[in-house]
Amino acid sequence: MRIVYADNAATTSVSRTALEAMLPYFTEHYGNPSTIYSVGREARRALDTAREKVAKALGTEAKEIYFTGGGTEADNWAIRGTAELRQKKGKHIITTAIEHHAVLHTCKDLEKHGYEVTYLPVDEYGRVTADQLRGAIREDTILVSIMAANNEIGTILPIKELCAIAHEKGVLFHTDAVQAVGHIPLDVKELDVDMLSVSAHKFRGPKGIGALYVRRGLSLPPLLTGGGQESGRRSGTENVAGACGMAAALEESVEHMDENVKKVSAMRDRLIEGLLKIPYSRLTGDPVNRLPGTASFVFEFIEGESMILSLDAAGICASSGSACSSGSLDPSHVLTAIGLPHEVAHGSLRLSINECNTEEDIDYILQTLPPIIQRLRDMSPLWEDYIKKFKA
Amino acid sequence: MYSEKVLDHFYNPRNVGELPDANAIGTVGNPRCGDIMKIYMKIEDDIIKDISFKTFGCGAAIATSSMATELVKGKTIQEALSLTNSAVTDALDGLPPQKLHCSVLAEEGIKAAIGDYYRRQGIDPEPIVGCSFDCEACHKEHHEH
Ligand SMILES: Cc1ncc(COP(=O)(O)O)c(C=O)c1O
Repeated sequence: MRIVYADNAATTSVSRTALEAMLPYFTEHYGNPSTIYSVGREARRALDTAREKVAKALGTEAKEIYFTGGGTEADNWAIRGTAELRQKKGKHIITTAIEHHAVLHTCKDLEKHGYEVTYLPVDEYGRVTADQLRGAIREDTILVSIMAANNEIGTILPIKELCAIAHEKGVLFHTDAVQAVGHIPLDVKELDVDMLSVSAHKFRGPKGIGALYVRRGLSLPPLLTGGGQESGRRSGTENVAGACGMAAALEESVEHMDENVKKVSAMRDRLIEGLLKIPYSRLTGDPVNRLPGTASFVFEFIEGESMILSLDAAGICASSGSACSSGSLDPSHVLTAIGLPHEVAHGSLRLSINECNTEEDIDYILQTLPPIIQRLRDMSPLWEDYIKKFKA
Repeated sequence: MYSEKVLDHFYNPRNVGELPDANAIGTVGNPRCGDIMKIYMKIEDDIIKDISFKTFGCGAAIATSSMATELVKGKTIQEALSLTNSAVTDALDGLPPQKLHCSVLAEEGIKAAIGDYYRRQGIDPEPIVGCSFDCEACHKEHHEH
C-alpha cells in the first residue's frame, strides 16, 4: 500500500546523511569521549565537531551548546534551572497557554513548589503581543518562556520582539524552538535569547538527542548531576552517535533551507487551499506567519480520531488534537486556547509535511480526505441535525 | 491499540444511518466531550425488528455503536435492556481502558431509545428502563453517569 507520511511535526525519518554520520560511532569509534586512548579520542573529536556544527547552524559558538536527551530535557533544564538560579530574585514565570507539555507540565510542577506562573492567553491565531508580555512582567518575574513556533497549529511567534521586552525589564528569556530549528531561518544572536531548546528528530536527526543553547555567562545549574560531562552542566556519557546525527541533519537542513521552505510551503498551501474547499472547514493557526510544513484544520461535525483511523486505512499518517486522540476528555489545550468550542476542536486534523513529501503525496491527500470527511459526516448525528435545521 | 474487531466495526459499521420508520429514538453523549450517539429502533410486539445508529465520535464510539446494534437486533426489549457495556466490549475483543466509556455510551444509547419508545406511548420509562440517559427527554434531576 502507498504510505504518505504527513506527521513530520511528530517526528521525521532520519536522513541518509545523518544516518551515515552516526554509523561509525556505533561500530569503529565506540569509545567513551572522556577517555584518553585513541578510540575515545576519536569519539571526543566527533563530539566537538558536532557541537561546532550545531553552534554554527544556530549562529553561535560551540561553548554555548549543550547536548541533551531531547527537546523535553532541554525545556525542563532551561525552566527548572532558571527557577533555581533566580529564586532569590523571585518566583514568577511567564509562559503562554499554547506551549508544548514539556514546558507546561514543567511550569505546573514548579507551581507545586511555590512558583507562580502566568499563562499568557493567545488570540484566535495563537499569537501573543509585546504589550501582553509587557503587562505581565512583575518585579519578581525571573523567566519568560515562549515557543518559537507551535507544534499543533504552526503559528510562528515574534520571539525577537518578545525577548526584547523581557530584556528591557531584566528578565531571562527561553524559547522552545523545537518546531522551528531546521525549518525556518533562526539565529540565536539575532533573536538575543538566553536559552533555546532544540530537538534533532524534528529535522531528520535521530530521536533522543537535542540541545540547549545557553548564553555565555549564564550559569544555569545542571538538571543532571554525575560524571560532569558537558562542562559539568549535563552529566551522563555523551550520545556521540546521536550528536553526530543531529549535527549532520541540522547542517543539511540549514544548507537546503531556502529551497526546502519554498518547496514545502508551496505544497502546504496547496493542501490548505484544497482542503478549505470542504464545507465547514477552517484553518487553525496564523494564516501568514506559519511553519512551512504545517497545514492544520478543523472539520466540523466529525471527530478527529475517526479521521486519523480512516486516513490510516488509506496509508496516510496524520494527527489530531481531539480528546480521543489525546486520551482525555478535553481536546488539546492549544485548540481551546485559540478559542475553538470543544465540539469544533474535536474535529481537528494536522498534516505536517517536509522536504521528503512530493506533489503526488499532496494530490493523494487532496483526493483521499474529502470522501473520508463526507463518510464520517454521513454517520454523524450532528451533521444530520445541522442539515435538517438548514433545510427547515 | 484497537482489536481487529473494533477496526472491522469502525471501517464497516453495521446498521449505520437513519431509520425512516423508527418508533424509538435515543440520543446520548455530548458533543463537548467528543461523542454523541443516536440510536433508532423499529419496535413491534416488544421485539426490536430493526435498528440503526448515527454517531459522532472516535473509532471506538463508532465501533461500539455498531456492535451494540448488532447485539440487540431481533431481540426482545427485555433482552436489549439487559445488554451491558462489558458485553459490548467483550464482543469487540476488548477496548483500550481510556475508551471503555464508549461502550457505556452504547449501553446507554440502547436504553435511551427504549425509554423513548415507552414515553411515546405515555408510559413513564423510569421504572422499566431505569435512568434512560436521555437527559433532554427525561427532565428529571440527574444521577451520575
Ligand atoms: C514544541 C515542542 N517542544 C518540545 C518537544 C519535545 O521534544 P522531544 O520529543 O525531543 O522530547 C516537542 C516534540 O515532541 C515539540 O513539538
